[in-house]
Amino acid sequence: MRKKKINLTIDGVPVTVPEGTTIMEACEGLGISIPRLCYHPDLSLMGSCRVCIVEVKGMGFYMTSCSQKVWEGMEVQTNSPDIRQARRDIVELLLDNHPKDCQICERDGNCELQNLAYSMGVRARHFEGKRKRFPLDLSSHSVVRDSEKCVLCGRCVRVCAEIQGVHNLSQHGRGFYTVVAPAHMADMDESVCIQCGQCIAVCPTAAFVEKRSAGGVWEAIANPELHVVVQTAPSIRAAIGEGFGLPPGTPSAGKMVTALRRLGFDAVFDTDFGADMTIVEEAHEFLTRLKEGPLPMITSCSPGWISFLEKFYPELIPLASTCRSPMTMVSALVKTYYAQKKGIDPRKIYMVAVMPCVAKKFEARRPEHYLDLPAPELGQGQTVKVPMTDAVLTTRELIWMIKCYGIDFLKLPDGEFDAPLGLASGAGDIFGTTGGVMEATLRAASELVTGRPADRLEFTEVRAVEGLRETHVAIGEHNIRVGVANGLTNAKILLDKVKAGEPFHVIEVMACPGGCIGGGGQPYPPEGYHVLDPELLRKRASALYAIDAGKTLRKSYENPAVEEVYENFLGSPGSPKAHQLLHTHYAPRFPRGIR
Amino acid sequence: MNSPTCSTTDNWEHVQAISREALGEPLWRFIEECRAKDHPESHLISILHKVQSQYGHLSPTHLDAVAQLLGVPAAKVAGVASFYHFFRLAPRGKFIINVCMGTACYVKGADRIAARLMDELGITWGETSKDGIFTVEQARCLGTCGLAPVLMIDNEMHGQLTPDQVPAILEKYLKKSRSQTGS
Repeated sequence: MRKKKINLTIDGVPVTVPEGTTIMEACEGLGISIPRLCYHPDLSLMGSCRVCIVEVKGMGFYMTSCSQKVWEGMEVQTNSPDIRQARRDIVELLLDNHPKDCQICERDGNCELQNLAYSMGVRARHFEGKRKRFPLDLSSHSVVRDSEKCVLCGRCVRVCAEIQGVHNLSQHGRGFYTVVAPAHMADMDESVCIQCGQCIAVCPTAAFVEKRSAGGVWEAIANPELHVVVQTAPSIRAAIGEGFGLPPGTPSAGKMVTALRRLGFDAVFDTDFGADMTIVEEAHEFLTRLKEGPLPMITSCSPGWISFLEKFYPELIPLASTCRSPMTMVSALVKTYYAQKKGIDPRKIYMVAVMPCVAKKFEARRPEHYLDLPAPELGQGQTVKVPMTDAVLTTRELIWMIKCYGIDFLKLPDGEFDAPLGLASGAGDIFGTTGGVMEATLRAASELVTGRPADRLEFTEVRAVEGLRETHVAIGEHNIRVGVANGLTNAKILLDKVKAGEPFHVIEVMACPGGCIGGGGQPYPPEGYHVLDPELLRKRASALYAIDAGKTLRKSYENPAVEEVYENFLGSPGSPKAHQLLHTHYAPRFPRGIR
Repeated sequence: MNSPTCSTTDNWEHVQAISREALGEPLWRFIEECRAKDHPESHLISILHKVQSQYGHLSPTHLDAVAQLLGVPAAKVAGVASFYHFFRLAPRGKFIINVCMGTACYVKGADRIAARLMDELGITWGETSKDGIFTVEQARCLGTCGLAPVLMIDNEMHGQLTPDQVPAILEKYLKKSRSQTGS
């Protein structure tokens, strides 16, 4: 049924829009951008910040344009001296209860509140008054909560509940003392937080930021004793350019590699190589499980998803692939295979991973991802525990380091990843986007199952751009039922189906919307885009598909560097050594989440 | 194909048992009744009322148990409990001291009475002394302005006070508490 049309005027211009349109949406059609703070197009309406107010003729009060739907004959005024003053006052009142530390703030130059204050014309502070005081929550490995910078827009509460289904955050208390925090004001590391970092991505200020790791990396680079190795996740190359003004979706692997060398890293490896390793191990695991169960096999690359599994669906833990993530596989191989090959003491290697993800900071500190390395100075047979990955940087942190070092990114020549752990197939490259792990798995599995080359390389039907896909893929005599989800609210739908007994074979879950390209550590969106913007995610994904399509090496099994690791070091996929270095285990975690 | 549910990693029965134990049988049954209705989450406030009337306050353990058994996220349950003035998140003392801060008491020096009281107990408004015996709260007028300044301990009025009288009054209730517990 076609929607009724509503006629109204906005700033004197007649306009006709479908019934149910909000004033803000109607304005956008006319090229009028109403200032806003709590509003987010992909989250529920809250209408709490009041920044988007407009005048409506006949109403005795200003109306919030984000939540007010149009009516027949409505006369809207979006601009007048009074309305501009009212918006300015609202922003000024928000600033009044906000620290005055912009110049030393993580979001300086990238803060929606700062931008709003500038565009509203706040040039003086008229309402100096009492300011809220809360301690900084530094308990989590990934997410720092600074409630003094919170403007109570509630976007984090909504993204955590609506997109991620985690419901870790809520507004506690009342009035001036209201604070956004986990239940009982618990520390983040004692909450059901899965550390995906989407709260960081949607926060307009610095009330949520990642735990910084650059300090340790600078120190390691400056230490001549250490061999500092870096690896970069697939999705970094698709987004890093945004930090230097390149349009979203500009593949920037070459410049990124050169920048990393200039920063002083001794070797620049590619997490995509680890993705190829993951595919080989995972395909091997899948073939075994296709015969012996349990099915479905659920992917395990996304550490936010793994935390979600452990806290919200612990009974499904046996279904997760035991493969470590590509990041941890590369790190494990760097401190064993590569160290041995180069004759470097693995304890003198400092392993840095650049990830689109803040949960990777947590993954790197899980005790399962530590190596026991010989420490003869402590006595014969003694060992020390060393993390496979020493530090995880987000894309944002790397962009900052490059700027801090005075590197003109745009003028850099293209560089090549180092051998041997820098060679990747196109299947490894697409790991960074939704459906990518599934597509790479299907490329490998179809050959393994049928014993002949795959008749196709692209499985576009598994790219869950809308968040959730279910389909069947014929592989030999098997009709494989696959599910792909990104955003954990979508994942819940698949997991509940699994619990209800629906016979899936493989499920790919990525915690963040769009997959890693939309990770909690990715750059804040450039001008003209918003966080979670499907268009931004599509452009970043297209960069990865372009890289894949441009390669002749497109299957993980054909990666000669992977073959070499198995031939000279691990033996065969699924071998005891491969199990020890490339596989892991999971356990239920508390507090248990409510799904 | 194996069953996707593996008992070794499933902790629901454990969590459920802890939650039931924290709330006790009658409350658990009440929550079960709420769950059987449409929109179980809409009964959250009435459940919290019942928990508070049974236990005197809402501890994180109680709130987590309600969250698990009702199936409402703990952040939401705790958010609701912390929003309403009626709900108490910390245990209250054996005796509730209401210091009248109404106009008449205030001009007669209620602030000095309050200051002495807090000094003696080492706590501030809304808090409970470490021994769990006294909770100090503000009252806005107890209707006994002729006796100003006043404080009310449980239902007993103490009027025309000076700060120096405060320690003796507290001692009286401490004695009462000791005789009640027999120690």
